[in-house]
Amino acid sequence: MTNSSPQRLLTPKEIGSYAFLALILLVVLPMSMDVFRLNLVGKYLSYTFVAMSLVLCWGYGGILSLGQGIFFGLGGYCMAMFLKLEASSPENTAIQSTPGIPDFMDWNQLTALPWFWEPFNNLGLTLLAVVLVPGLFAFVIALAMFKRRVGGVYFAIITQAVAAILTILIVGSQGMTGGINGITDLRTLLGWDIRTDDAKFILYFVCVFFLFASLLLCQFILKSKLGRLLVAVRDTEERVRFSGYNVDNFKIFVFTFAAMLSAIGGAMFTLQVGFMSPSFVGIVPSIEMVIFCAVGGRLSLFGAVYGVLLVNFAKTTLSEAMPEVWLFALGALFIAVVSIFPDGLAGLYKTYLEPTVDKIFGPLYKKFKQILPSRGSAVKSN
Amino acid sequence: MFDGYTASELTAIFAMQGFAGLILFSVFVLMALGLAIIFGQMGVINMAHGEFMILGAYITYLTSIFFETFLPSLYGIYFFVAMILAFFAAGSLGAFVEWALIRRLYKRPLDTLLATWGLSLILQQIYRSVFGAREKGVSLPDWLMGSIPVTDLVEIPINGIFVMCLTLVVTLGVYYLMQRSQWGAKVRAVVQNRPMASAVGINTSMVDRMTFALGCGIAGVAGSAFTMIGSTGPTSGQLYIVDTFMVVVFGGAANLLGTIASAFTISQAQTILEFFLSGSIAKVLTLGLVVGILMLRPQGLFVLKIRK
Repeated sequence: MTNSSPQRLLTPKEIGSYAFLALILLVVLPMSMDVFRLNLVGKYLSYTFVAMSLVLCWGYGGILSLGQGIFFGLGGYCMAMFLKLEASSPENTAIQSTPGIPDFMDWNQLTALPWFWEPFNNLGLTLLAVVLVPGLFAFVIALAMFKRRVGGVYFAIITQAVAAILTILIVGSQGMTGGINGITDLRTLLGWDIRTDDAKFILYFVCVFFLFASLLLCQFILKSKLGRLLVAVRDTEERVRFSGYNVDNFKIFVFTFAAMLSAIGGAMFTLQVGFMSPSFVGIVPSIEMVIFCAVGGRLSLFGAVYGVLLVNFAKTTLSEAMPEVWLFALGALFIAVVSIFPDGLAGLYKTYLEPTVDKIFGPLYKKFKQILPSRGSAVKSN
Repeated sequence: MFDGYTASELTAIFAMQGFAGLILFSVFVLMALGLAIIFGQMGVINMAHGEFMILGAYITYLTSIFFETFLPSLYGIYFFVAMILAFFAAGSLGAFVEWALIRRLYKRPLDTLLATWGLSLILQQIYRSVFGAREKGVSLPDWLMGSIPVTDLVEIPINGIFVMCLTLVVTLGVYYLMQRSQWGAKVRAVVQNRPMASAVGINTSMVDRMTFALGCGIAGVAGSAFTMIGSTGPTSGQLYIVDTFMVVVFGGAANLLGTIASAFTISQAQTILEFFLSGSIAKVLTLGLVVGILMLRPQGLFVLKIRK
């Protein structure tokens, strides 16, 4: 092994961070909240997938996508289409003029299921579609853009335009997509009622499970050679290109991966909230998701999770209490986060809290280090 | 999609829709001009541009009320006063924003995008608190009402003609200012080579501030013109911002001629398609087409050749 500084997938410090997050999400929140509030947290957590995807492609890759809502929405819609088909079985929709198709299609005088709804009768295909449809879409966008060397602000504006196009399309074709109301009234998943408190409780833990799996996967990518190349591309794209790397492929990969990650979040959102609508697809939600990531710290995966939770708690509390103040607060947050603390919560933590935390847990980390064999020694023993 | 129309009807439809497209074109040009100056010359993404426009619209609304209450005899000319006020109000807000916010972020274009988005949210909420969430419309003076019949089927509204003339005047003014005046020469010098411009004694930060203010001021005038053809709500600006950005990017930033050409293409395509298809599909097609063309030609329609 020629790598001079062996990168462990998890340093003791990171294990500490995981443990802390697990403690909060798996113990503290479920113990202290009723199911309604916990379901709300679960909804926020589905945004963390988007925030993490932005850490990858914006923070590390330097590609600002103002259209992550597209992929979040597509993932959510795929899931919602399956649930909707299950909810509109011929028995449930016997009063319609065409039984067996979703209610909004019947209202819009459709008499048969559109072809692109057909695959969503099958759960396996649906789960594949949740990841592959947004992934493929992102791949096509990225391929067209990055091969033509469109980057930076141009890319941001074009993703924004694509988000606008998709929203208009969904809202405009009401018969096939449910229009502005979206796909509502979702009931069961393979016969399991997702609206009960028990189901919401279980879905919360499923969401947390996927969250940790995605965190690990992202961390793996960032620590690999690929992750380092991404940073290099972000900082000086031309030099990496001249060193013989095919820069475009890295960018295409990270953008597609980010899209798939967002889509998983979208699917979890649909499952927990019970509907999907164009209001999670367009420009405004997409850019709001960027601020979740920026508040958490665009270079920190954990920061993204905490950023999402914090901003959304603030949003729920503020917009319940004083709806007119919320937009001021959000606007000020946008301005503050770019001009005063560009590294977000993670940056603040690093400067102010981390030294203290290190002092307390330092001895523990050392012990951990002794238990965990480092990769270097493992190589030696081979 | 042309079924069931006779040839003369089709001509009339194209003429009327074409004219409606020209009005949309005028608004696009007015908005895009300001944005093109700011984005093209300074590389700053101003997501709050729509809100500067709406500021102009609200100023016009206030002026019209002022004239209605205190100077009803002069109501015919209130619009010219309103336009000048709108220009200076939006321009001075722009100068303030540049001083307080933008100048710290010149090296980070993606961050200006987020910061100005935040600004746009704040401005929207201010408008909502001050003017209410409902849309406000102004009543036009008599001489702007009505329309000129050209043939039996084709009629041209006077306010549309007025907006188009206004656009023409503003465009010529901007052209003169940027290409012929001393000040424009300074702006272009700063864009092309900042350190050299600074070395020959140009106050570059002052040029930046004035350029930004000018862009915002033109947005204010656009808002003023907007009241002639539509009513204004707190979020009206946001509806236009993506279209406007597409106009600027499609035309090739930093090129006034490109901006005008692309505004013309996009607005005409949109309004003519709108008549035959539904409004949403027309918009999807137009935007999709623009995105598609940008993928093939990322630098836009017209490119300014600068040695880098």
